[in-house]
Amino acid sequence: MTPRPTVEAARSPANAEEALVVKSRAEGLSFHYGAVRALKDLNIEIREKRVTALIGPSGCGKTTFLRCFNRMHDPTPGTRYEGRIMLYPDALDLVSRGVDPIEVRMRIGMVFQKPNPFPKSIFENVAYGLRVRGMRSNARVEEEVERALRRAAIWEEVKDRLDNSGLSLSGGQQQRLCIARALATNPEILLFDEPTSALDPIATARIEELIAELRDQVTVIIVTHNMQQAARVSDYTAFMYLGELIEFDNTSKLFTNPSQKATEDYITGRYG
Amino acid sequence: MQATTAEASLRQIRADVSRRKILDQVFVIVGLLIMFSALLVLVILFLDLVQEGAPRLNWDFVNSFPSRKAERAGILSAWVGTSLIMLTTAGVSMPVGVAAAIYLEEYAPKNWMTAIIEINVTNLAGVPSIIYGLLALGLFVYQFNLGQSIAAAGLTLSLLILPIVIVATREALRAVPRAIREAAYALGATRWEVTAHHVLPYSTGGILTGMIIGLSRAIGETAPLITIGALSFIAFLPESPFKGEFPFLSFAWLKESYTAMPIQMFNWVSRPDPAFQVNAAAAGAILLGMTLLMNGVAIYVRYRFRKRINW
Repeated sequence: MTPRPTVEAARSPANAEEALVVKSRAEGLSFHYGAVRALKDLNIEIREKRVTALIGPSGCGKTTFLRCFNRMHDPTPGTRYEGRIMLYPDALDLVSRGVDPIEVRMRIGMVFQKPNPFPKSIFENVAYGLRVRGMRSNARVEEEVERALRRAAIWEEVKDRLDNSGLSLSGGQQQRLCIARALATNPEILLFDEPTSALDPIATARIEELIAELRDQVTVIIVTHNMQQAARVSDYTAFMYLGELIEFDNTSKLFTNPSQKATEDYITGRYG
Repeated sequence: MQATTAEASLRQIRADVSRRKILDQVFVIVGLLIMFSALLVLVILFLDLVQEGAPRLNWDFVNSFPSRKAERAGILSAWVGTSLIMLTTAGVSMPVGVAAAIYLEEYAPKNWMTAIIEINVTNLAGVPSIIYGLLALGLFVYQFNLGQSIAAAGLTLSLLILPIVIVATREALRAVPRAIREAAYALGATRWEVTAHHVLPYSTGGILTGMIIGLSRAIGETAPLITIGALSFIAFLPESPFKGEFPFLSFAWLKESYTAMPIQMFNWVSRPDPAFQVNAAAAGAILLGMTLLMNGVAIYVRYRFRKRINW
């Protein structure tokens, strides 16, 4: 087994000395939809307990890339991964044919673009991941559900109506419920696929706050089409264009002093 | 000057809109007319049957065996037979149809084989019912030696409504949004867990509706039952499926001979004595009532499940 790699990275002078651990690394990752090569030779390091944002114009492959991390492409026929996405500390290749996608999804959670709670009670929504993992003790499940709802900053709003349908909540609450559902199983990485694109500005702000709070607890990868959002919530940002990774850097560096012309054009609004 | 131009163009827009809306109104009227005439035919038919059968529409009629004397004949063995056949049909076509639909919708790879199966399932829904009767005569009655039994009739009607059940179930499964499946997959659920915990429970309303629509088609089928040898004069009841002592259920009735509502009706209609025509009308009214009741249940079931789940 390879030793756990570390990189020296500095977000701000305050934590310049901090050694950051690599949680996951894409190595020469390409992805094919039938004959279409949607991702081209991506290399990127995802740091543990940090927020990494993927930005880029529509169709650049950012969501496609995100969905490689939990093998969500597998049910679609005619898709193929090439290269590797290593998950540390155990150096597991997430996209390897020999690795079961179910196993990958047990370790990596996801929050989708549109809130998609199950038409079950709020409690059962959050408990589902635990039940799939075979947790039988009701006391344990209740405890974990409450913990997840608290972490997703929605406990106070729903504690008195855990039996109500998840669909009875507002859009922003539904999305936080979905975050709680993903958090309940303690994922190592949490993937966000444009989590606020269906929400109003106030709900969006709450989700962003929540992501900022989660930073210390879980590794986050977030796809967003909103550059301000990437700048607000992320530590690192990757700019993608036409299936390629153009630039990857500290968020502050990428937004203030991009090294690539294409990145600069995009963040200054010349296209996208 | 300018004001008048604006006024003129406004008037022109209004004239244009009201002209185009006429077509809209015309369609509403035509649609209503067509719908009401279709409904009217059904209502008249039903009232006509009730009126003609009125002298026999009473408890005695429902509670008597057939008889050579028209005024003493009843539909007891017919409705019991029909109920037991429906029970068998539901018991067979529900698990088989739902399982087939789940396989086709959730599991089958999308290739030319499944495409052919899909097309043929849809085509089977249009096969004349007498063809099913002939198939069942050869297969169930002779090959499987089921004879003129309720089991043979139930299996025949199951075959007949399987395509309906499969198509309706697939529609219901397809109505579950992809996002819900993805949510469950993303939590580490297997394909079976996604189907059993989410897709099936959320589509129960649609599946039950399709099932009941299928059964209400089966309840009126005459041709296949005649082909496989339903009797029209039965003066006894099959053994009850419910028992007083353990194991409380009995399946002996599956092997017994039977008659059914449409068979009984057909038999009475073909008799010369006009008194039997009254019986036929009364039986028809009751059969139509049973069908409408089942459709009513289907609507209620759909309503109940829709209320709980709206995407």
